[in-house]
Amino acid sequence: MTYFMMQFLNGLQIGSIYALIALGYTMVYGIIKLINFAHGEIIMTAAYFIYFFMTKWQLSFLLSTVLATLLSVVIGVLIERIAYRRLRNASRLSALITAIAISLFLQTLYMILFTPDPRAFPMTATRFPVLKLGKIIFSSWTLITIVTAVIVMILLQLFVSRHKAGKAMLVVSEDLKGSYLMGIKVNRIVAMTFAIGSALAGIAAALYIVSYPQITPYMGSLPGIKAFIAAVLGGIGLIPGAMLGGFLLGLVETMTKAYMPSQLTQLSEGVVFIILILVLLLKPAGLLGKSESEKV
Amino acid sequence: MTKSKFLSYVVNLIAAAAVFLAFHLLFSGGVVSRSYRDLFTLGCIYSIAAVSLNLSTGLLGELCLGHAGFMSVGAYTSALITISFDKPGDMPILLLSLVIGGLLAALSGIIVGIPALRLRGDYLAITTLAFGEIVKVIVRALKITGGGQPMTGISLTTNYTLSYWILIITIIIIYTLIRSRHGRAILSIREDDIAAEASGVAVTRYKLLAFSLSAFFAGVAGGLYAHYQGVLEPQFFDYNQSINFMVMVVLGGIGSLTGSVISAFFLTLLPEILRGLAVYRTLIYSVVLVLLMLYRPEGLLGQKELSQRLFARLLGRNGLRTSPQSGVGGSSASPQENIPVSGTAERKADSAVSDRLGTSTGAPEEALERKWKGRR
Repeated sequence: MTYFMMQFLNGLQIGSIYALIALGYTMVYGIIKLINFAHGEIIMTAAYFIYFFMTKWQLSFLLSTVLATLLSVVIGVLIERIAYRRLRNASRLSALITAIAISLFLQTLYMILFTPDPRAFPMTATRFPVLKLGKIIFSSWTLITIVTAVIVMILLQLFVSRHKAGKAMLVVSEDLKGSYLMGIKVNRIVAMTFAIGSALAGIAAALYIVSYPQITPYMGSLPGIKAFIAAVLGGIGLIPGAMLGGFLLGLVETMTKAYMPSQLTQLSEGVVFIILILVLLLKPAGLLGKSESEKV
Repeated sequence: MTKSKFLSYVVNLIAAAAVFLAFHLLFSGGVVSRSYRDLFTLGCIYSIAAVSLNLSTGLLGELCLGHAGFMSVGAYTSALITISFDKPGDMPILLLSLVIGGLLAALSGIIVGIPALRLRGDYLAITTLAFGEIVKVIVRALKITGGGQPMTGISLTTNYTLSYWILIITIIIIYTLIRSRHGRAILSIREDDIAAEASGVAVTRYKLLAFSLSAFFAGVAGGLYAHYQGVLEPQFFDYNQSINFMVMVVLGGIGSLTGSVISAFFLTLLPEILRGLAVYRTLIYSVVLVLLMLYRPEGLLGQKELSQRLFARLLGRNGLRTSPQSGVGGSSASPQENIPVSGTAERKADSAVSDRLGTSTGAPEEALERKWKGRR
């Protein structure tokens, strides 16, 4: 039971990171129906920014994270402005290929600039004090990650349900053309969606690299894919769905790794993909989604 | 088969044989070095992969990001078969292994395709992306495929003759498929799957057919590659390789088979010419992709094929037959050989095709409009 509880906390920790990333995917997908493949690379760029702020400028972790998050916002909005906006009326295939190309561009650019060699992040989770709850031992970093993620999600939920711009975002995701007619500045709302998504990715990057303290140009793609699967699991386009999906995916992944026979651990990476296949087969709209029939 | 159609097949085959003969003379006469002969073989193999990717991405309109994964399935299967027969250089065994490798790749295509292709939207992209990763994990985990180490001991049986003719066969099969009524069904799904379904096209079945055929040829290409390289490494068939094929397809023209072949050869030769720029290759690829999507989303050749008709038209002999359609780049094709492009300029041709298919919803302009505006 102690082992289970510890694994449960680990699952929540990685799950909350997935949830933050998945929010970025799901909001963008909800609004312009595009899988933003470059979202994983936002995490990677943010990780490099934090690393350089901390090692070159000797800034504190918190300050670096704030600066890196702001820079992620700039990059995310720039990507939307340069590439995606002009393709909003193009075919889905063009938009998808562009998204992949942007992701490839960022990966390669960072590989050329900073070499493909992994860099060790100076601050690791082991530096945080260990907490004890009865027999359960866990790092306080685990707690910090989960609490940070939950606070961010509550703020996002409040923003979307209370603030005018947040409501406008929901409206645009409901009906893009209609919201034009209602006087919503759609371009501004889409840019804002990318900004929020990238900010969440920046925070997620900070939480991620302390737990997995290795920075490479390719580090963003795997958590990116997994977070997208989390978004599909919860119901793509739905903000609560991304949160639920993220936590669930983190838990399932950690539990299978923990309880799988040791000779099969190599295959544990495949578990999330099996989840994806199962979701698509059994409930393609996701856990919280309602399947809609296509209007002709 | 009409007389003119038969004639065009004969002319095409003769042209293919003539091209082969020209290269054969070059290689056997020792005019060009061995390394260029190997590059030609590799170009053929990549062309097979690119042409088959064009079937699923360009003609069916579903983005596949794991094409190298299917290639990997074919490569390892075929290599394991020829190794177990232990007769290096035996051509029939190689051919058999290629077919079995292709079939296994097609089977994995069906397994991946069934969950994703039933749905509308971009699920295939993410599932195939995941598939590519899974294949890599499995290949690394299994002992018979090297278990993380490169797999060696594969006989070097693939030569340029074999790869060239398999490429020709691939093109013939895909081209005749696309011009048959099944092919038109596949094209109608790309243009508007709701309209296609409404007119009685079994959308999921045709999607699966096209996708598994595409996976089959990817598997064959993988088998050829295994016996060309002699060594198989799991990381060769990674995501970047899939993207390479995607660049070939997009550059050549989304939906143009000959375009894929040209750009596959071009992109195989290019790194040899620009050796110093190896690091920047992927960077250039990604920029080219973005620029293409922004300014010419249908690819360089669009949907046009290099055919004797196109040549004839370029020479001006056939000028009168050119219909004043809203073609891209002026040289518009007659509807018979021109499969419409996914772009606004070709809308007229699009509705012409949907009319021919009987999939017109009464207001084809409007139906297409919805497609371009991106729907839910």
